Amino acid sequence: MKILGIDSSGLVASVAIVEDDRLVAEYNLQYKITHSQTLLPMLEEIRNRIHLDMQTIDAIAVAAGPGSFTGLRIGAATVKGLGLALGKPIIPVPTLEGMAYNCYGTDLLVCPIMDARRNQVYTGLYIFEKEDRIRMKSVMEQTAVGFDELAAKLNVLGREVLFLGDGVPVFAEAMKELLRIPYYFAPAHMNRQRAASVAALGKEKFEQGIFEDAADHAPEYLRLSQAERERQEKA
Amino acid sequence: MENSGLACRERKLNYTKGMVVVMEKDVFILAVESSCDETAAAVVKNGREILSNVIYSQIDLHTLYGGVVPEIASRKHIEKINQVIQAALDQAGVTLQDITAIAVTYGPGLVGALLVGVSAAKAISFATGIPLVGVHHIEGHISANYIENLELEPPFICLVVSGGHSHLVKVKDYGEYEILGRTRDDAAGEAFDKVARAIGLGYPGGPKIDKVSKEGNPDAIHFPRAKVVGSEYDFSFSGLKSAVLNYLNGCEMKHIPVNQADVAASFQKAVVDVLVEHSIHGVKESGLSKFAIAGGVASNSSLRNALREACEKEGISFYYPSPVYCTDNAAMIGVAGYYEYQKGVRHGYDLNAVPNLKLGERV
Repeated sequence: MKILGIDSSGLVASVAIVEDDRLVAEYNLQYKITHSQTLLPMLEEIRNRIHLDMQTIDAIAVAAGPGSFTGLRIGAATVKGLGLALGKPIIPVPTLEGMAYNCYGTDLLVCPIMDARRNQVYTGLYIFEKEDRIRMKSVMEQTAVGFDELAAKLNVLGREVLFLGDGVPVFAEAMKELLRIPYYFAPAHMNRQRAASVAALGKEKFEQGIFEDAADHAPEYLRLSQAERERQEKA
Repeated sequence: MENSGLACRERKLNYTKGMVVVMEKDVFILAVESSCDETAAAVVKNGREILSNVIYSQIDLHTLYGGVVPEIASRKHIEKINQVIQAALDQAGVTLQDITAIAVTYGPGLVGALLVGVSAAKAISFATGIPLVGVHHIEGHISANYIENLELEPPFICLVVSGGHSHLVKVKDYGEYEILGRTRDDAAGEAFDKVARAIGLGYPGGPKIDKVSKEGNPDAIHFPRAKVVGSEYDFSFSGLKSAVLNYLNGCEMKHIPVNQADVAASFQKAVVDVLVEHSIHGVKESGLSKFAIAGGVASNSSLRNALREACEKEGISFYYPSPVYCTDNAAMIGVAGYYEYQKGVRHGYDLNAVPNLKLGERV
């Protein structure tokens, strides 16, 4: 089974091809160029390097939010266009799950945090359980919360935590101040969004029947637009 | 669907003297437009024949907020883009295999909204190998005139008036434009929206003012006709808008009841007078005898009538698109895209949305 993975939810642009249990190609960029100008040229480079016939792809996995609204939409519109043209389904992979999957197999409580501005983080809590094989389970589904609220929850859970994500540098001081549990940071190769993880986790979801028609796919923003929020507050 | 697609791909055979067979293929453009609050796709055959023109309008969503909310528009585009493109292909009776090139609006417009169409169009182009042609939104509006006026060809003068744009343009050739005049402040459509809000008509202002003006006296109140010193073709509508607001304040302070229809009609006449005067002056100075209008405000009945009358008087041929081609649509992008495609314009997979793309500019 061949899965194309795409993540443009944050500062990283990432594209990968996973075939069964093999990562055939992955291309990651964390550089100040808009995803609109990098994502497809990166996929084109992969296609050229591995002589990829796009029709041989079984499904397209995408980091489906939360994240930068514009970044998410560039990814969503791209996979929707690919899905329409190729007649292939979309596997929506919650962004935080995809990130946590970078740390597959750890005994630590995995806590990806993305800076969501307004003093909030997009976060979720994940563990890896040993069954017939190691499976990722969510202790807390992805959500947008204040960092202080997250810290309080982690203190109650009392487990050792592995942090990753672009929220780490932003909330490093707050961690020192608020956390009363041991915590660690993931290293460079696993501390940001990676399409290989999105594709590998996407493959699991696809096998569980979690996918949708490209026409129906839309990102999960976890937040209303500012105009809608202000209108609700007034009401 | 597959069969009807192939039928549309009918080929014409031309024989030349040396018995060399030249295959001239029909050109089918799939066009995508998402620059503001309309998600649109169309299929255009050989530049001027519209096989489908699908528009999903979000206007009801934005009416709640009194104007287009960019984030809401972008979210809606994502939800609708595939359905709209598929409907355009289906209604045209073609499949992607029949498409010669994909044209997409890449500016000007709302960046988040533009990115949806641009990203989807690029992805379809990438997956199929169909060439990609980026199109300027306003060049699309101008090109809408080619759809129902098969005899119209450049050069001609075009007045582009919409919610975001007011330009007097010389169309020198297909894809070649010279801006004669532009607004210095508000676009014409923007002035309509602001005045409509001030007199309690709500959004969108253009059609509402047009309608209520029919009940009013256009000479009831004299509002100023602004001229821009040193730039005879430029427009300025913010002074006019302020004059209307001042008039309304004055009425309130003096406890004089405001006649909504009279204000609307008088304001509209002030806008129309300026647009007509600049346009006719521009056509006469250019030495050309053809004049066209384009953009959302080009649907305004008072503007159309005044221009028709003025053109008749001056012996100028007057062209205008049907209202469905005046509003934001993809058919016009397909027409402009066709001429760009024929000129050899192709864009790469790194094509970006350019929210402030200038008319005639190429990226």
